[in-house]
Formats: sequence, C-alpha cells, structure tokens
Amino acid sequence: MVDQSAVGHRFTPVTARVEPGRLRYFLNTLGETNPVYRDEAAARAAGFAATPVPPTYLFCLEMMDAEEPFEMLTALGIDLARVLHGEQSFVYRAPVAVGDVLTFRPRVAAVTEKKGGALTVMVIECEVTNQNGVHVADTSRTVVVRNQVAS
Amino acid sequence: MTEISAIKVGDRLVDKTFPPITRHTLALYCGASGDHNPIHVDIDFARNAGFPDVFAHGMLVMACLGQALTDAVPPARLRAFATRFVAITQLGARLTCEGTVAELFEENGERRAKLALTTKDERGEVKLEGSAVVAL
Repeated sequence: MVDQSAVGHRFTPVTARVEPGRLRYFLNTLGETNPVYRDEAAARAAGFAATPVPPTYLFCLEMMDAEEPFEMLTALGIDLARVLHGEQSFVYRAPVAVGDVLTFRPRVAAVTEKKGGALTVMVIECEVTNQNGVHVADTSRTVVVRNQVAS
Repeated sequence: MTEISAIKVGDRLVDKTFPPITRHTLALYCGASGDHNPIHVDIDFARNAGFPDVFAHGMLVMACLGQALTDAVPPARLRAFATRFVAITQLGARLTCEGTVAELFEENGERRAKLALTTKDERGEVKLEGSAVVAL
C-alpha cells in the first residue's frame, strides 16, 4: 500500500511530440469541430503559431508517450483495478501547439489516508516544458486508491 | 471576444450538451488519449474490479467540459482549468456542461474571470465540479 514514504518520488520524465494525426484522432473522438484546433489559419487568427491543443490534451500526451503509462501506479505497487481519478488541474503558462516537443516531470506531492484507510489519496504534480525550455504548464492529478473492492 | 470583456458575475457563459456516451466512444477515447486502463473498455475487467459495467474515463468527461469551455472562451485566454470527479459517468450518459462567472479579479497584470463549472448527466446528477480562470 502506498504511504508517506512515496512523497517526493519522481517518475521517469516523459518526452512527447504534439503530432497532428494523433491530435485529429482525439478531436474526432470528442466531436470537436472548433476550427481553432483544426485549421492553421484560424489558429493564427486566434494568436497561435500553429493549431493549439485542447485544454485536457496535455494529460493524454504524457500517457501516450510514456514508456510505461502506468508507472506511477506500478512503481508504487498500486493495482490499476483499484484506482479512480479524483481531481485534475492544469495551469497554462504558455501556448502548446502542433510540432511542439514537451517534457513532463511528474512527482508525488502528497499521500493521505481517507475513510479510515479505505482510500488512499495520492497527488501527482507535473511540470511541463517545451523544446525551447519554456515552462508551458503545470498539471496536478489526484489518484484515489480503493483499498477495498467496491461492493 | 468583445462580449467576453463585458461579462459580469453570474453570467452563464458555458452551456453545451453532448450526445450519449457509447462503448464505441470509450474505445476510441482509450486509443486517442493513451489511457489504456481496461476498466473503461473491458467489461470482464470492470466486473472483476467490482463495477457492474465499464464506465467513462474521467478525463473524457473533462475533455467534454473543456470543449464546452473553449466554445465560449478563446483557448488563448485560458489560464487554468481544474475539476473534481464527483461521480462515475455511466454508459449512455448525456452530459451537459455549464459554467457561470463566479468572480472578476486582476492577476499578473491582466483582468481575469473565474468560472464555476459543472457537468451533469441527463438526470441532473453532478459528475464534475470545477473551475476555470480566463483572461478578459
């Protein structure tokens, strides 16, 4: 079971390229038709150098290009079947667009017990930088581990 | 963009309803997002984990909310976006995403608004509660 000793643990950094084909697949899956995400001219008119990514796409890039997408669970001995997503946040500091190469550096920021140990709540914070070393975003995810199977 | 600079506290800025979530959507999102957790696509795995069926990725629901948000606010103005996943979103859910202006303030030399966001299913059950910060 994950405990306080995990706090500060750093996972393997992930480098991800924002590829247009993969982004289009994401847009199609969500039925996203906003031209700013699909049309370079519309993106430029909206102030971007190229088509930007939708607000939650950073989360996807990190998972898609991780060698071990669930390292943050396996490295800490957490069973994937017992995990729920509790919270998610993004702070956007600079634009992210097609062609960018991003580096994600996730680490465990907090671990707490809830409901008398029935749940363990882990917060993973991640700094995201681009190919020019610009700090483009910070993400935070809260992972809830069900220490007893739901009935 | 002119209208967004004129918003007031209490204004409803975000309001969008999505088609029902299907198994196909979950399968596509599994590939599109890189989140290959079988609990969202493999009913055997989901049952063994104690759930009656597969259910939507929280991040799929947040992606819908994000889409509703940037329908209303140009993405270049988005400064922050956060949600709490309040309840599991079941198959067939028809999600409605709403957002109202909660606060106007100044930060980092720009005028900003904080939006209070919710996502509910067709029965009105809250799935996500969140907020966004946008530049005006």
